[in-house]
Amino acid sequence: MGNVRLIPRLDIKGPNLIKGIRLEGLRVMGDPQEFALRYYEAGADELIYMDIVASLYGRNNLSDIIRRAADQVYIPITVGGGIRSVDDARHILRSGADKVAINTAAVADPGLITKVSRRFGSQAMVLSIEAKLTAPGKWEAYTDNGRERTSLDVVEWARKGVELGAGEILLTSVDREGTRKGFEVDLIRQISQAVPVPVIASGGMGTVEHLIDAAKSGGADAVAMADVLHYKRLVLPDIRAAALNAGLNVRDVHA
Amino acid sequence: MTIKITIADYGVGNLLNVVRAFQHCGADVHVTENPTEIAGAERLVVPGVGAFEDSIGELTKRGFADEIKRYAESGRPLFGICVGMQMLFDVSEEFGEHKGLGILPGRVKAVPNTTTSGQMQRVPHIGWGHLVSPENSRSWQGTFLQSFENVRPAVYFVHSYAAYPERGSDRLADCLYGGHRICAAVQRDNILATQFHPERSGEIGLTMVRGFLAL
Repeated sequence: MGNVRLIPRLDIKGPNLIKGIRLEGLRVMGDPQEFALRYYEAGADELIYMDIVASLYGRNNLSDIIRRAADQVYIPITVGGGIRSVDDARHILRSGADKVAINTAAVADPGLITKVSRRFGSQAMVLSIEAKLTAPGKWEAYTDNGRERTSLDVVEWARKGVELGAGEILLTSVDREGTRKGFEVDLIRQISQAVPVPVIASGGMGTVEHLIDAAKSGGADAVAMADVLHYKRLVLPDIRAAALNAGLNVRDVHA
Repeated sequence: MTIKITIADYGVGNLLNVVRAFQHCGADVHVTENPTEIAGAERLVVPGVGAFEDSIGELTKRGFADEIKRYAESGRPLFGICVGMQMLFDVSEEFGEHKGLGILPGRVKAVPNTTTSGQMQRVPHIGWGHLVSPENSRSWQGTFLQSFENVRPAVYFVHSYAAYPERGSDRLADCLYGGHRICAAVQRDNILATQFHPERSGEIGLTMVRGFLAL
């Protein structure tokens, strides 16, 4: 196993960093740049930016935010929300992103996954999946921030996405998102066993034990976190130290 | 004095973050799509992301391949990054066999998809790995890694293939992945290269960029 990555996730609406619960009930947190710099300086392994209303309005306004971030942040940046075409992907990569995360447009046209991965490499094509529990041990993929059903089984969809060229999966549990009740470990395990590419678990991080559970029991290769960091319930150096103490492979920034 | 670097833009991948990292470290960056400008470069950077075949294909088609080979013999510093490192070698096995520039002897092969104890592991290898001394126990003094002698700096990797240099003495740093030694950096005289991305490895990576500029 490689090192488990700790990835602050910044959900964006307009110019603001926001945070909600189950992708709803949004609260404005502030200027995303301030949070990004704070996380970079605290040793984040990557950053994820999500324009959470972009797919609703069919646009992506993140490029200015990404351009500012990339001037000062020298770690990988993944950007999602409202990316509908190879041109949209190129635009956001040219703003300074390293990878694009695509959900809604990939469901509508799975061929887009192949087009983006052929053009920019599969390492730049992250398939974003929003999962809702529909029956015990069964999850359905949703789009538009957990608003729209797709009737796709998440495990089958993840497998197909990787066959089409996705180099990584960003797996968000809509049920756990913003709840701080822990990750949906069964879901993470199903996906990480179904695909050979890395899986980023998102939604539910409340304690360091949750992170350890997602990685050790779920097999997550990376963990996205928002609420716990934005509200300073936990800070990255403490999370990293506790994970190392618990025997989890994370980057040792002091090595 | 401002250090001038030339970055080869052969039409594959996104150079923006490489450019920004060098600028951030104080370099005067010149990005060129014109291979004839390589000959006059003081320091040359060959970045690369994506597939080997596309990269070497464009490099050759656009006239960069011969210019880079000639430049390599000039003794001036050449820095390859990721696929830019892989292309320095003889051959890559990614999607068939493809000839590289042959500046360094060796092959580019798949990152093992099982650990040394036989368990499945992820490919592509994405994430942070700690650099360690290779089996040749080579010192990092006088190289772009010299600030990190006696530590194990963590740097960012994203790759499915890696170089296997023919000469063990070309290896400068390794990274362990599933118990396997992955060649993370090479240096032979003026030729140096990293499989990892210094431009995405935070302040540690920027220190390495400054190390290259100081050579």
